[in-house]
Amino acid sequence: MTVILGIETSCDETAAAVVVDGHQVLANVVSSQVDLHARYGGVVPEIAGRAHESLLTPVVAEAMVEAGVTDNDIDAVSATHGPGLIGSLLIGVSAAKALALGWNVPFIGINHHEAHLYAALLEEPDLEFPLVVMLVSGGHTMLIEFQDHGQYRLLGATVDDAAGEAFDKVARYLGLGYPGGPAIDNLSQTGDPTTVTFTPPMRNEGLNFSFSGLKTAVVNHVRQHPDIATADVAASFQAAVVDVLTHKARIAAREIGAKGICLAGGVAANSELREKTLDICVEDGIQGFLPSRAMCTDNAAMVAATAWWRLQSDGESPLDLGADPNLRLPFIES
Amino acid sequence: MLVLGIETATPQVGVAIGGHEGVIASFHTARDRRHAETLAPAIQFLCAQTQLELNDIGVVAVDIGPGLFTGLRVGLATAKAVAHACKVPMIGISSLDLAAFPARFSDRLIVSTVDARRGEIFYATYRKTAGGIQRISEPHVDHPENVASQLAAHGEDCLVVGDGAQRYAETFEKMRGVEIGQEGFRYPNAGSLVELAHPRALREEFVPASEVTPLYLRAPDARINWQQRERS
Repeated sequence: MTVILGIETSCDETAAAVVVDGHQVLANVVSSQVDLHARYGGVVPEIAGRAHESLLTPVVAEAMVEAGVTDNDIDAVSATHGPGLIGSLLIGVSAAKALALGWNVPFIGINHHEAHLYAALLEEPDLEFPLVVMLVSGGHTMLIEFQDHGQYRLLGATVDDAAGEAFDKVARYLGLGYPGGPAIDNLSQTGDPTTVTFTPPMRNEGLNFSFSGLKTAVVNHVRQHPDIATADVAASFQAAVVDVLTHKARIAAREIGAKGICLAGGVAANSELREKTLDICVEDGIQGFLPSRAMCTDNAAMVAATAWWRLQSDGESPLDLGADPNLRLPFIES
Repeated sequence: MLVLGIETATPQVGVAIGGHEGVIASFHTARDRRHAETLAPAIQFLCAQTQLELNDIGVVAVDIGPGLFTGLRVGLATAKAVAHACKVPMIGISSLDLAAFPARFSDRLIVSTVDARRGEIFYATYRKTAGGIQRISEPHVDHPENVASQLAAHGEDCLVVGDGAQRYAETFEKMRGVEIGQEGFRYPNAGSLVELAHPRALREEFVPASEVTPLYLRAPDARINWQQRERS
């Protein structure tokens, strides 16, 4: 039995978790800074850095108390070391290395994207490979072939804005506040998604995505139809995003003969995306896996779970590991 | 009681271990600003060379700034995590105190500075006292020209130390009765941190990690912009 402490500070969530053997979550504490950034309409790096600095120690302490573990029980300490905001990443990496030194246990640096891929396996350890993982967040939109542990192939990605970014921008334009994803999701429940047909660019070209044109289309439509109900615009916009995401995930799954489709990342908490993803999986007779909402957004349990796999295959990370804001997944060349 | 001192508020990374016999080991480097990469291995190296375990440490002292925000937080996050892992208390000391400490034998007014970038310096004034220094003004951030004219108005002979003094040496040298500190002492020193923290540790003037807060002296960028937007 291996007990791993995970730390996640790549963006605006200060998180710590204790996970046993990559799947048994003893504690998963997330302290969100969303209120600190809401008035700016986005994450302010310096405010995030300051908040991580003051919150991390209490969050780690809380996770350990909640997990009912003492210092001697921890077998390894892991932290996200990229990609993300450099000033935020450095706090988690520095703290994790110092804890590992103090407890004399291995330190493991984790790729944030890889942690998102493992969020699904954390909750469903019996998922069969290959899988198509659709990683959709405020910073990324990727379709990844998860062939086996540590083996990933990039199938498609956004060429401009991330899906979550599109939600934030459209929400801001519609005056729905920040973060935009939950706001649009909620409002869409009362709107008619068939009011406007927005077609995202590149819908029928390959597996890459483009979302910046979609935001412009929304702005133009509202300008031309100032009386349109905001709920209808939100629902129509959301339907367009969900349509292009699920459409391409389905093509990807068929192309590689995937056993299933997993969602990952903050946008995977979107209720319509979850529903439509399950629909296509049922239609195509493959597994559909939707991580719980807590596992979609940034958290440290997925970091600790990934660290368990990495520790077995690659061993510990050196103590001179820094943070890399542009860290990439080691994709297999296709 | 053994003190581990961690100092990362400037381009330099410093670590020192010491106790009643003074500083027994220290490490400093000021190349490439690789604070996060260097700090943990440096602590490990010092422990190995002194044949100490981190658990032998009785208190963790840390430079709380003012200084470079990101570097400062690397030191604070590391120091707090070591304190948490080893279940020991902490002592926070200002970078300006540390930069002033090596000048404690001077009879002049000591002006301790840290380069704040964007054409400004963090600074505070000190006087020597029996066995050390005493801060006689609150830390502030200002343009070096303003600091220089305040000092000129004050009229007392002074010794300006720290990397702010080095960077703006021309500004300060224009004043009468001013001496600039040695270049070799321009960064706060982790050894000074241990020396200043040790007597405080013996007096049990320490705090839990949660009460150690950085001295930023500047609002975050976005906040400044926001306030300006509200005014306009």
